[in-house]
Amino acid sequence: MIRIDGVSKVYVTRARETVAALERINLEVGENEFVVLVGPSGCGKSTLLKMVSGLLPVTAGRIEVHGMLVDGPREDVGIVFQAPVLLNWRDVLANVLFPIEILHRDRQRYRPLALDLIRLVGLAGFENKHPRELSGGMQQRVAICRALIHDPTVLLMDEPFGALDALTREEMSVELLRIWEHRRKTILFVTHSISEAVLLADRVVVMSPRPGRIARIVEIRLPRPRSMATESMPEYRQHADEIRELIFGGRQHASPAR
Amino acid sequence: MPTRSESLSSADVSTPAPPGKGSVLGAEYLMPAAALVCMLVIWEAAVRLFRVPTFVLPAPSQIVGAAWEHRVHLPGHTWATLWETLAGFGLSIAVGVPLAVAIVASRFLRNTIYPLLVITQSVPKVAIAPLIVIFMGVGEMPKIVVAFLVAFFPIVVDTATGLAAVPPELLDLSRSLKASRLQEFVKIRFPTAVPFIFSGLKVAVALSVVGAVVGEFVQADKGLGYLIVVSTSFWKTPLAFAAMGILSLMGIVLFGLVALVERLAFPWHAAE
Repeated sequence: MIRIDGVSKVYVTRARETVAALERINLEVGENEFVVLVGPSGCGKSTLLKMVSGLLPVTAGRIEVHGMLVDGPREDVGIVFQAPVLLNWRDVLANVLFPIEILHRDRQRYRPLALDLIRLVGLAGFENKHPRELSGGMQQRVAICRALIHDPTVLLMDEPFGALDALTREEMSVELLRIWEHRRKTILFVTHSISEAVLLADRVVVMSPRPGRIARIVEIRLPRPRSMATESMPEYRQHADEIRELIFGGRQHASPAR
Repeated sequence: MPTRSESLSSADVSTPAPPGKGSVLGAEYLMPAAALVCMLVIWEAAVRLFRVPTFVLPAPSQIVGAAWEHRVHLPGHTWATLWETLAGFGLSIAVGVPLAVAIVASRFLRNTIYPLLVITQSVPKVAIAPLIVIFMGVGEMPKIVVAFLVAFFPIVVDTATGLAAVPPELLDLSRSLKASRLQEFVKIRFPTAVPFIFSGLKVAVALSVVGAVVGEFVQADKGLGYLIVVSTSFWKTPLAFAAMGILSLMGIVLFGLVALVERLAFPWHAAE
């Protein structure tokens, strides 16, 4: 589904120094698999996501989606950012339909689908509200609808709940799993949060920084559907501890991660 | 329900009004009006009490009297200045907004034209006015051009700032959907820029009045600026004050009209 094959990314700074952001990343994501990239700041996980989306070129290696080389943005990929970045001058429904307009598709045909999605994320009745009338969590739900409206097969999520408060964040993770049960997609998800990663993922890709490398891929064997109750299972703790150890191992004095 | 600030943007910095519709109305309209009336009364009393000569500072009643005396001529002068102002303002929008688009759309223009614009802005426009009269001769055209010159810079700067104020993620989103440059400008950049454009327009409309008057100071045979020059040279100070009063009223009304258009046409940010 997604094939990342020996991908490296080198930035050239203004001072003409080269910085290796990512080094020889190999990763395959299967169809409808939920893969979470986790790691400290500067490990290049967001860069990797941007390259999969086609917004950023690779320096070396190749990325394939559906067996086709990614050399630019693709219609079968949906993106959710850390900030909801909604269009403040449009209501919820028009925001969700925004990609349809850009893609020159028939708005009327997608209207029922948009209303379905809005209902699915629990925003029924808010179709004609404007973004400023919604809370941060609700805005991010709209952004998820917008990413799903053109029915992409791949969903890329770059710390989508990073700007939300801790309680909303936990709620949104469970919500996302519920939405994913209804609309199966291949999801590549970036986060700083170990607990979020374990709760969501089929596999957690633990990355290490400078240059960004894959430290280990941890398979999460927790039953689905998962909920907040999952977090009290002993296996959940084991996975979280394992990942924490991978990230903070060697740094004995570091304060424990969340 | 947030209290909407219906008045000019300068009122936005006022302290929050206490709850209740009546008191909001009082704070926003009645109190400034009362302050104005008080000032006029004190002015009138002071002029009479201290016997200030009329040619130095006329009392409000004398100014109104002079305006009434010249009621036949004043509309013509007012219209002349208003026309020059509006023409200059319109021209500054017609030139300023497309120029801002060009600057934002093209790195080349941003690195060539924009710095040039900033440099030329350091020349005081008042100083150019006599030259423009030399270039363009008599008539209303040089006044329109001066009004245009003072008004278009804030429009260019604010519009360009607004067009560039789009969150980078939003541009990523539109790029990920393979949006064209046109779609990007029409559907994302322009709506984002609207509040910026209007703050530029509000500054610009007030400046166009200044530009038209400055143009009339240099050379004119009609207009409120011309009236001020002529009446002061004949020691007719009350008439000059009357012309000044009409000019400030014109500025306030034009400013209010721009604010009104903003609220009616683009209500989505008016409530913010």
